[in-house]
Amino acid sequence: MSKTIFEVKNLEVSVEDKKIVNDLSLSIKAGEVHAIMGRNGSGKTTLANSLMGHPAYTVLAGKVILDGEDITECSPDERAKKRLFLGFQYPVAVPGVSLGNFLRTSLGFVRGEEIPKKELRKLIKSEATALNVPDDFLSRSLNEGFSGGEKKRIETLQMQLLQPKVAIMDETDSGLDIDALKLVAEKINSLRSPDRGILLITHYQRLLEYIKPDQVHVMIKGKIVKSGGASLALDLESRGYDEFAGASNG
Amino acid sequence: MVTEYQKKDYSQFGFVTDIGEDRIPNGLDENVVRMISAKKNEPEWMVEWRLKAYRKWLTMKEPSWAHVSYEPIDFEGICYYSAPKKPEDGPKSLDEVDPKLVEAYQKLGIPLDEQKRLAGVAVDAVFDSVSIVTTHKETLAEHGVIFCPISEAIREYPDLIKKYLGSVVPMADNFYSALNCAVFSDGSFVYIPKGVKCPLDLSTYFRINAGGTGQFERTLIIADEGAEVTYLEGCTAPMRDENQLHAAVVELVAMEGAEIKYTTVQNWYAGDENGKGGVYNFVTKRGACRGDHSKISWTQVETGSAVTWKYPSCILEGDYSIGEFYSVAITNDYMQADTGTKMLHLGKNTRSRIVSKGISTGHSQNSYRGQVFIGPKAENARNHTQCDSLLIGGACEANTYPVINVKNKTAVVEHEATASKVSADQLFYLQSRGIDEEQAIKLIINGYCEEVFKQLPMEFAVEANRLLDLKLEGSVG
Repeated sequence: MSKTIFEVKNLEVSVEDKKIVNDLSLSIKAGEVHAIMGRNGSGKTTLANSLMGHPAYTVLAGKVILDGEDITECSPDERAKKRLFLGFQYPVAVPGVSLGNFLRTSLGFVRGEEIPKKELRKLIKSEATALNVPDDFLSRSLNEGFSGGEKKRIETLQMQLLQPKVAIMDETDSGLDIDALKLVAEKINSLRSPDRGILLITHYQRLLEYIKPDQVHVMIKGKIVKSGGASLALDLESRGYDEFAGASNG
Repeated sequence: MVTEYQKKDYSQFGFVTDIGEDRIPNGLDENVVRMISAKKNEPEWMVEWRLKAYRKWLTMKEPSWAHVSYEPIDFEGICYYSAPKKPEDGPKSLDEVDPKLVEAYQKLGIPLDEQKRLAGVAVDAVFDSVSIVTTHKETLAEHGVIFCPISEAIREYPDLIKKYLGSVVPMADNFYSALNCAVFSDGSFVYIPKGVKCPLDLSTYFRINAGGTGQFERTLIIADEGAEVTYLEGCTAPMRDENQLHAAVVELVAMEGAEIKYTTVQNWYAGDENGKGGVYNFVTKRGACRGDHSKISWTQVETGSAVTWKYPSCILEGDYSIGEFYSVAITNDYMQADTGTKMLHLGKNTRSRIVSKGISTGHSQNSYRGQVFIGPKAENARNHTQCDSLLIGGACEANTYPVINVKNKTAVVEHEATASKVSADQLFYLQSRGIDEEQAIKLIINGYCEEVFKQLPMEFAVEANRLLDLKLEGSVG
């Protein structure tokens, strides 16, 4: 039996005094891929951001446990250093900060140990090449002027470089054409490993055609109303959320 | 949360060098003007020039239009001249320089050593008011370049001085320029002959050391036809309780096809966290593009001084001449900065570009004040202005006062302005990648300044980044 790598226990999150995530629990074992599916407005992005420690979200109750360690009180950078990763739906642009400089700074913080600069550059370059991220992207401003697909490739590159224990991917499929989606899915699949957990957050099941989850959770109004195997995603697609919404009330 | 870092920044520069001073009594009258002139062995025409300026100054009033406020300056309480001891037997090399001075320079990281000589930087260092060491004179002389203390130029090159001194900034241009004309003690003089591309970047580090001593530098740079020069000016000052007045005048003259790039990194003492003390930096900097196809580019990184009042400007007289102004001004605690530029388009097809980045933190005030003037004969003149303000915390202030005055209908003038805060989403993004809050803020702000920093020579860019980081430590909570 593999160990539990990520656990969310009875989490309640509010934004500006409005409760968005309500008594949400989740448990991911090392090696597993879980998917949370929900409509727009169901609280998915709030969940993703609060799991990463965004200061605008208030955790009212519950716990977040990463590889046995309670990280509920940790800042986002501390969580990153403990190898939690969040792939953003809309990565924000940081003008004037080059992607290369950003990646080196990030790796320096997360890896802690002193990686020689030359080696760092080499590592970044080779991983970038593997993800079809051209060299000149590294000297351009972070997430500025890139297409949606390019930004997602850059997010995936960061995940590859940071080698997280748990990766949360928020709406990774949005804004991707089919080729880009395949490439990103392929990368995520290659990052599946016996000691890593992956949490995919998506509002429809297209991504799940390429990444087969071990478990699917249906999220409605900030709550998981049903969990099941991969077939649940297809079930949801054909029956619609409303039926599950009924279940949550009942 | 970062407040505790704030105190540490200045201590490393906050030493006072213990050096004997050669001072004259406080206060200003015609006798003092004559004494300053006499100490410099100046010719009679220079004495008269200074006295004329002094008499004009007496009739003038301190400007009050800038968005700054400070205690009235007691001009009678200021000592108008101080020089390190032993000026009469001036040192011929660093070995002959007072070791304490050298130590002070080293603490400030001033490149006077062999290493920097190899790096290609000639230094004419002003310590208090007298230029002490000039390196690279021989290399420069081979190219016919003159780079010397202005006091020496007054004695050695009177024709150039008579022709150009006060030709860009008229004596009575403003209250502080008139005062400077009367009492300036030293500064740099540069002349690049026709067709010569200066073989080195010329660099001067200014510093104020003696308590209560005003420092009035005077700089004059002339690039003759087709000449090119880059001039670097950097400053830090030791910690002091009293306010110190600094009123420099810098004049640049670019003849046909000439190019002058003037870069400043300014980090004078800005006062303590309660706004006590600090340097008053009232500077007049102006360049004249006299010839066609000439270019003057100002780059400034302003991180210090309690009160700053400074508008490096360009008078674009020659056709096709170009003026540029790149500025980063950061204010924290109770600092006040009112800075910007004037671009005066007089010739045809003249171009100017203004990039101003203001950063305000603490209780500071940071104002951009700019003027773009397109004269009636300036056919096809172009200006682009980008003016951004970044506010950190809720107690600071950012203002912009742009004036655009167009007298020729073929002109194209563009002005873009933004005011923003450090975005919480940017911070979260960087932090989610393991970068701690402080480093994340520094990255964001360095990124914000990048357009200006990339104008700096490498070693200045490094220093500018470091100064910015020091200023930001403790500014975000």
